[in-house]
Amino acid sequence: MPVLKNLTELKELREKARAQKADRENNKLTIILGMGTCGIAAGANEVAAAVREELDKRNIEAEIVNVGCIGMCHNEPLLDIQEPGGPRVTYTKVKPAMVGKIIEKHLVKGELSKRWIFGQLPGENGQTIEGLKTYDELPFYSKQIRIALRNCGIIDPESIEEYLASGGYGGLEKALFQMSPDEVIEEIKDSGLRGRGGAGFLTGLKWEFCRKAKDYPKYVICNADEGDPGAFMDRSVLEGDPHALLEGMIIAGYAIGAPEGYIYCRAEYPLAIVRLKKAIQQAYDLGFLGENILGSGYSFDLKIKEGAGAFVCGEETALIASIEGKRGEPRPRPPYPAASGLWGKPTNVNNVKSYAIASQIMVRGADWFSKIGTKKSPGTAVFALTGKIKNTGLVEVPMGISLREIIYDLGGGIINNKRFKAVQTGGPLGGCLPEDALDTAVDFDSLTAAGATMGSGGMIVVDQDTCMVEFARYFLTFASAESCGKCVPCRIGGQRLLEVLTRITRGEGSLEDLDEIERISKYMREGSLCALGQLTPGPVMASLRFFREEYEAHVTEKFCPAGVCAGMYAYEIDADPCTGCGLCAKACPTNAITGEKKEPHAIDQLQCIQCGACYEVCNFGAVLVKRKHELPVAEVNK
Amino acid sequence: MADSDRLENSPIIANPQKQTKLLAALYLAQEEYGWLNPEAIEHVADRLGLSPGQVRSTASFYSMFNLEPQGEYRIQVCEGLSCYLAGGAETIIDYLAHLLNIQPGETTADGKFSLEVVQCIAACGSAPAMRVNDELYENLTLERIALIIRELEGGSP
Ligand SMILES: Cc1cc2nc3c(=O)[nH]c(=O)nc-3n(C[C@H](O)[C@H](O)[C@H](O)COP(=O)(O)O)c2cc1C
Ligand code: FES
Repeated sequence: MPVLKNLTELKELREKARAQKADRENNKLTIILGMGTCGIAAGANEVAAAVREELDKRNIEAEIVNVGCIGMCHNEPLLDIQEPGGPRVTYTKVKPAMVGKIIEKHLVKGELSKRWIFGQLPGENGQTIEGLKTYDELPFYSKQIRIALRNCGIIDPESIEEYLASGGYGGLEKALFQMSPDEVIEEIKDSGLRGRGGAGFLTGLKWEFCRKAKDYPKYVICNADEGDPGAFMDRSVLEGDPHALLEGMIIAGYAIGAPEGYIYCRAEYPLAIVRLKKAIQQAYDLGFLGENILGSGYSFDLKIKEGAGAFVCGEETALIASIEGKRGEPRPRPPYPAASGLWGKPTNVNNVKSYAIASQIMVRGADWFSKIGTKKSPGTAVFALTGKIKNTGLVEVPMGISLREIIYDLGGGIINNKRFKAVQTGGPLGGCLPEDALDTAVDFDSLTAAGATMGSGGMIVVDQDTCMVEFARYFLTFASAESCGKCVPCRIGGQRLLEVLTRITRGEGSLEDLDEIERISKYMREGSLCALGQLTPGPVMASLRFFREEYEAHVTEKFCPAGVCAGMYAYEIDADPCTGCGLCAKACPTNAITGEKKEPHAIDQLQCIQCGACYEVCNFGAVLVKRKHELPVAEVNK
Repeated sequence: MADSDRLENSPIIANPQKQTKLLAALYLAQEEYGWLNPEAIEHVADRLGLSPGQVRSTASFYSMFNLEPQGEYRIQVCEGLSCYLAGGAETIIDYLAHLLNIQPGETTADGKFSLEVVQCIAACGSAPAMRVNDELYENLTLERIALIIRELEGGSP
């Protein structure tokens, strides 16, 4: 395709892309496959092969379209069938062996097997099939507003035409041809957009600082280093809608007056890197990147830089050092990157979602955006739901929604009907909140006030079987291993804190250790050079604040109430609820459980190795976690 | 005292445009040489006009670069969140360390196994998981790990 030389040519191409899409939707049978990392890990490639084989075998002609992740990772692999002029009908948890049946029923016999169908996405003109729920009527989607994820799972991320057909590069068009750089900045400022990388700084203001900086050249950087355990929001955008990010970055470049940009992507995201490279190439080919973009006179170059496995490189100054080819060590701010960043030049660093949202704000306007969400946190928040929750996956919700709605309405609640215990937001630098904080509104300020942080979108839910001391220790292990070692409070403080927590989970802690935790945390918060060290104690502090009694049980009674820390609990069968079904006795690897059929069973403490198998299998909640000293001494004293 | 940062960062001395290629060059060198041995470091330094010290300093910062030779079988145990919640990494690593008599980051004396701890390897649905070279092992138990190691050692599985 030739380079687009002006606005007219862009408009023509977009119309052509739209017509093509409409033609496909109205006249062709389309099969749509979820090909994000989650889909592929669940077997989407095998499903795709089965689809091709079935279609060939039956001589059915269809277009196969690969899309990114639509958010229902727990239901992958996904397969959608869209008949000419109809809606998209989604099948979930598809196995290669099911493909033949699905195709036969749906396409040959015209039957819709409700057992396998999740729902339908209405067609371009709102067409639906009677009797099937639309996505908007389903709890996982009804409360979502998708801005950053607007195209994820909807369009083919490897096709710039599909992006154009969905209105893509319309924000750039408006910026370049209808607005001055200052007006673009005003628009973003008016929208109230706050950075989605964690700190929540006003994006428009950041752009303005950078524009006003006197030095040249300036740089635009996208932070795609997403390294939090349990977080994959940015990956989904990179894999599912890379052009949305590119468009946002080009707009930022224009607003700031930067000729060059970098996307710093973590190397652990190979698929994202492939899709980004492809998107960048397409953008160059069509003239959205390079010299004299769309004939506007503005030129912008964009490159990808791969990280090399250092979490701290997500911190903006460390990230800049890494792009320069140095050790990814943070440096004190100020000066902020907006004044002195890459190679000492003014640099704007934003998160993937911030750019993806900015491009949409340019299309729909600041007014539209600022009306979504809350006054001080306008717009939406993207969360990756993980842990002991039924519907794991990716959601985008308006700010101000409660944690409870996200966890129960969208997330479907806790798996195996266990009890909710805590939710961690902000990953290893965030904090957890207990059950009575579930009605907290999800926005930057409310979450911080409640004792957690917004973070960049990881939301990890744990149930009654998680030990909060051990949970905090997990994040601490992660964060302290990632300390770059440059400053002492972070390096030594993290180690010391880890020692204390390890002591506690081994039953060797004391009450003084709880004070010690607070002392070290304070020292790290106040003395560390960058936010990594300052925030590393966060998860520990939050869990100590909300689950102090659990810490105290560990240190005073040497008891782990969740039944996790080795040697700090025993199992006992409660005779009342026990039905004598025998499942536990079957599961026990050491034959420690005995009992007559239909009679309450019992555990021989001398044989029990606390593996928890009986606890897991019991359907009646009859296996209890007990303090060792509550049981007869003779039984416990191995 | 002289401000060494300023010296190093000065455009007169540093060659930013070349150094920015360092990480990519190190990936390439690692692929070619298997690990970043002195020869590989020298090679990269030479091509980018940097000192071997500079190259080693950067390389040693990032966990994806190996400054030690790797074993024939690289065992990577996931300590990602799902694996952790599934009762994972620590027990498995301790067990492997005990079986192989090495610590994470080390290679057995016969050069057969090296042990690493990594973040999520996209097997969350069937955690805990580990990877040996390109092979993924899921739903791990200690018994299975013992079998896998015995098999790789060439003993009968
Ligand atoms: C240890 C550490 C890790 C971070 N990791 C990320 C990350 O992976 N992605 C990100 O966008 N921001 C990350 N940040 C925040 C960045 O420093 C920076 O604030 C952000 O990229 C700014 O973008 P925004 O204004 O769009 O939020 C991290 C910060 C710290 C201290
Ligand atoms: S956390 Fe281990 S595979 Fe994802």
